[in-house]
Amino acid sequence: MISLQKINDILSDQRPESLEELAQEASFVTRQYFGRAISLYAPLYLSNYCSSHCTYCGFHALNKIKRIKLSDDQYHREMQVIHAQGIRNILMLTGESYQHTPVKYLKEAAQAAAQYFQGIALEVHPMRVEEYKELFAAGVDGITVYQETYDRTRYAQVHLSGYKKDYDFRRDTPRRAAQAGMRHIALGILLGLSDPVTDLFELYEHLAQMEKSYPGVEYSVSFPRLRPIKSQEFMHCDVDDMVLTKIIALTRILFPRVGINLSTREEPKLRDHLLEIAVTRMSAGSNTSVGGYALLPEEAQDPQFDIKDERSVAEIIHVLKSKNFDPVFTDWRRIENNV
Amino acid sequence: MKVTINGTIKELTGSSYVSDIVAQFCQQSKHVITEVNGRIVPSHDWNNTTVSEGDHIELVAFVGGG
Amino acid sequence: MTNSPLIIAGKEFKSRFFLGTGKFKNKKEMAEAITACGTQLVTVALRRIDIERHQENILEHIPPGVTLVTNTSGARNAQEAVRIARLAKASGCGNWIKIEVINDSKYLLPDNVETIKATEILAAEGFVVLPYMYPDLYTARALVKAGAATVMPLGSLIGSNQGLKTREFIKILIDEIDLPIIVDAGIGAPSQAAEAMELGADAVLANTAVATAGDPALLAKAFAQAIEAGHMAYLSQLPTQRTVASASSPLTGFLYDIPAKN
Repeated sequence: MISLQKINDILSDQRPESLEELAQEASFVTRQYFGRAISLYAPLYLSNYCSSHCTYCGFHALNKIKRIKLSDDQYHREMQVIHAQGIRNILMLTGESYQHTPVKYLKEAAQAAAQYFQGIALEVHPMRVEEYKELFAAGVDGITVYQETYDRTRYAQVHLSGYKKDYDFRRDTPRRAAQAGMRHIALGILLGLSDPVTDLFELYEHLAQMEKSYPGVEYSVSFPRLRPIKSQEFMHCDVDDMVLTKIIALTRILFPRVGINLSTREEPKLRDHLLEIAVTRMSAGSNTSVGGYALLPEEAQDPQFDIKDERSVAEIIHVLKSKNFDPVFTDWRRIENNV
Repeated sequence: MKVTINGTIKELTGSSYVSDIVAQFCQQSKHVITEVNGRIVPSHDWNNTTVSEGDHIELVAFVGGG
Repeated sequence: MTNSPLIIAGKEFKSRFFLGTGKFKNKKEMAEAITACGTQLVTVALRRIDIERHQENILEHIPPGVTLVTNTSGARNAQEAVRIARLAKASGCGNWIKIEVINDSKYLLPDNVETIKATEILAAEGFVVLPYMYPDLYTARALVKAGAATVMPLGSLIGSNQGLKTREFIKILIDEIDLPIIVDAGIGAPSQAAEAMELGADAVLANTAVATAGDPALLAKAFAQAIEAGHMAYLSQLPTQRTVASASSPLTGFLYDIPAKN
């Protein structure tokens, strides 16, 4: 794998020609492995109840926001809206609360989602292998779990209480999900939380180890950056567009097969350009509030983070096509074996 | 009359028309090119062009080549 | 990119395989090779007739409709090349000339300087000039200026079967010169011909490999198919073709026209 020093050299190299060279290499590898296909998905926030206190998150337990958990009827309505936009891959999210959103609740939501979507991923609190197996049987095929930072000291500083405090249990989550049979596992770091060089190095180690141990799994990575939460600034270090571009390009070169995701918290212009370099997955028409698609008016919503790319699914499709990309809504279909 | 044909001195016995030289020294006349003292004599002039004592005559034809 | 036909001096060529006629065991094998591969352009040479021995007329063995190009092989300078070209024209077999000026019997490399001179003279006289050259960008530009109909860079030493040793330089000519680029010399196998075509060459000329093969007709056909395949691959915009990063930063230039993150 790549050395810490090498990552540092690449990220601190200020020369435009080095950046362009890196981008060209990444672009070549991306086209070689992915062609011009871009996978689209949408997030669906099921609940914002949370028992953890993560200082950077709008949903954290001590934050005084309206707590909502969608009922069976409510998430059906949200799913119908997302489905109507053409989306067929869904990422369902909750705050981290085992109590409010237990496996039973998630299973029911997954069974509902299976009526509308071909791909169902969860970004919820980490669970045990047995629980993942249950969810897999209910139709969940993907698990997203970001370590946020691999730096133990920083991790302890920003994760003050709750489940999420347990660094090792969280880091081991991708392995448990793979063991349970999950097809798609997404890893990530929250840029701005800690030193990006160390975090990147650790993420690469983690990913390489996962690829080696569970080569059948489809992996993807995300590089969310800390953004202001409702006018409240929270930033430890500034990862600018240039460094983000380098991180994404370098990741592509080192992991040619890995999906790279770029969220709607980034500006449309940056998202569009990074598609040319390395990004292969993106959310579209996203709403990051519970009930944000169909239930609540905008002024009543408490988003987890502010969205910068507010383009609708139709607009994203139009942009992708105009740039000769191939928007992909579903790349596989479940086969029912128990006929 | 002695002339040099393709580097070899030859004694001409008959007439001195280029057409007769071609007929005498080439298996066939088609696509043969002639040069007299470095000047090309086109085939349509063979019947009205004569050579003189000591002339240098080149008879050239196509062969295989890359 | 569309599959437009190869056009040289207004003449259209469906086959992009050109065949030299030297070194064949006999005329029959040569004729069979020409027919088998469907080439539409062959090169021939001019020699003094051997007045002591019977000599077949090679042109009688070349099927009608095939364009004849006379090679000036044997010329050691521009003047000799010009003379051979004029002789060829006098035969009434057309005015297509491959200029090949060689004054080095060890490497048989073409003399680019003399080739430019001969091209200039002959193009002015109305010849269709196909100059064989060492792949040098400046020479190629001079040949364009001199009125050449194509540029024919060598792949490797004549008759060496070494393939595309000059690959990177031929690529430059392909990118920079607006005339058909025909790779000539050193192409010893269909795979090598395909490589040249994948690179973007407009045609390939081969001779030694075909003429000296056990079954020349079969190898000629294989060459024609490899060249067609290579050309199709080129048209498909092979994903392995890589663009060199340029100073204008096409992928990352956008980062400089927006202010830093707010």
